[in-house]
Amino acid sequence: MRKIAIIGVGQTKFGEEWTKSLRDLAIEAGIKAIEDAKIEGKEIEALYIGNMSGIFTSQEHLAALAADMAGLNPIPSIRCEAACASGSVAFRNAYLSILSGQHDIVMAAGAEKMTDIVDAGALNALMSAGDQEWEGFVGLTFAGLYALIARRHMHEFGTTQEQLALVSVNNHKNALKNEYAQFRQEITVEDVLSSPIISDPLHLLDCSPITDGAAAIILASEEAIKRLKIENPIWVLGVGQASAPLALHDRKSLTRFDSTIIAARKAYSQAKISAKDIEYAEVHDCFSINEILAIEDLGFCEKGEGGKFVEKNGINEVVKVNSTGGLKAIGHPVGATGIRQLCDLTRILREKGKYGLAQNVGGSGSTCVVTILGSKDSIKG
Amino acid sequence: MPLSPISSIPVARRIIKNRYRLIGSLCENCKSMFMPPRIICPNCRRKGRMKEYEFSGEGEIYSFTILNTAPEGFEYQKPYVVGIIKLREGVLFTSQIIGKVESIRIGKRVRAVFRKMSVSEDGFINYGLKFEVIDEGSS
Ligand SMILES: [Zn+2]
Repeated sequence: MRKIAIIGVGQTKFGEEWTKSLRDLAIEAGIKAIEDAKIEGKEIEALYIGNMSGIFTSQEHLAALAADMAGLNPIPSIRCEAACASGSVAFRNAYLSILSGQHDIVMAAGAEKMTDIVDAGALNALMSAGDQEWEGFVGLTFAGLYALIARRHMHEFGTTQEQLALVSVNNHKNALKNEYAQFRQEITVEDVLSSPIISDPLHLLDCSPITDGAAAIILASEEAIKRLKIENPIWVLGVGQASAPLALHDRKSLTRFDSTIIAARKAYSQAKISAKDIEYAEVHDCFSINEILAIEDLGFCEKGEGGKFVEKNGINEVVKVNSTGGLKAIGHPVGATGIRQLCDLTRILREKGKYGLAQNVGGSGSTCVVTILGSKDSIKG
Repeated sequence: MPLSPISSIPVARRIIKNRYRLIGSLCENCKSMFMPPRIICPNCRRKGRMKEYEFSGEGEIYSFTILNTAPEGFEYQKPYVVGIIKLREGVLFTSQIIGKVESIRIGKRVRAVFRKMSVSEDGFINYGLKFEVIDEGSS
């Protein structure tokens, strides 16, 4: 199997970026990734871009637009859509295109412009990731879907609202030093519990925000890395993707994501490591309950113990979970998030540590991609 | 706002039978039941033999949430409760739950009732089945 690594990363500031369009954001991230890789751009052989929905901007066919605006024509450009997992699905397909032998240097990007549409419009657009014929039909929102999961987790395992709140508190604290984050202020458990209830038991501060942003990555084969004399590449050690029913009521359990469990199993097996080897984990905390599901389903603690694991500070002491702020504080421009997680892990692993993991979820767990990255120390054996 | 495709007349017409009468499917090969209906039995695939099956409409609350923010067509109902119902046949199904909010909890018995589900800004009404909490007196 070919060895493949990340050689460049770039992202925009995440937030309500009213002066920037979807194309502005995507291009800014792409240029930064090219600069970071210290290549010219003409070496790029294909572009994969994650983007959830044209409902936000009325602009579809983003793949062609992005290649055009980036001056990358006529290389093949492909948009990947898997709701909030669009970014990491783009990454996986870019990775596979190199693995296949077709390409050597490929860009994987993700972009979403969510604030061109008014609030209720964004809510409707997000719900298009659920089962519209049955879940949307009865008035469910995305917060509603995760609230149903949270209530059941509380019922089965005794998880508390305070434990959920601690997830948001920790992520806000971690984002203080993240220059790209949408929210760089500390919050308390009381702040979370006194914020408005969006969909009981989830409060406003249990929810990730509406965000504009883009991120990009340059991937290269080992041959290309040698040819370009790239220093400190971050190796892609394992990538797993799995699917599960679109609607919650078609699952065997509401309190675990089989898509995460299976994607993680594939990624760990390819990387030949296990959960206890992971030092940094970027997980998909679109709602606080989802960070708790993630740490259980990824194997950092037993099923049902996630709330206690958070309470005992396992998310800092056992494995550093969302050490850059998570979706909650960094912001969640849906199609960009999967790529942003990998940008963060790359920046961390260039400095310290051996193994990092990213878990990116689409919808209410219908798609999951788990990616394991390794620093130069990870391949010395 | 114009009607979004999810509440349009063609969609409402197409699945009216399933939404009004709780008609799902039963695989005659493995006896699995599905609500909403499926074309292919995920357990049996090619060996599956799917036929229509009408659910009883009785069940108990498996999970629920009270929504304070609502999508288009539901604003006037705020706050409202959406739950996942475990039907008597063992199948989970998502719908609104009606009844006193304080009486709603996991395990509570419910039954399907025909109700107005949403009203769009230009007056298009979607009907469907909501689940009503069964009053069990002192319990
Ligand atoms: Zn069957």
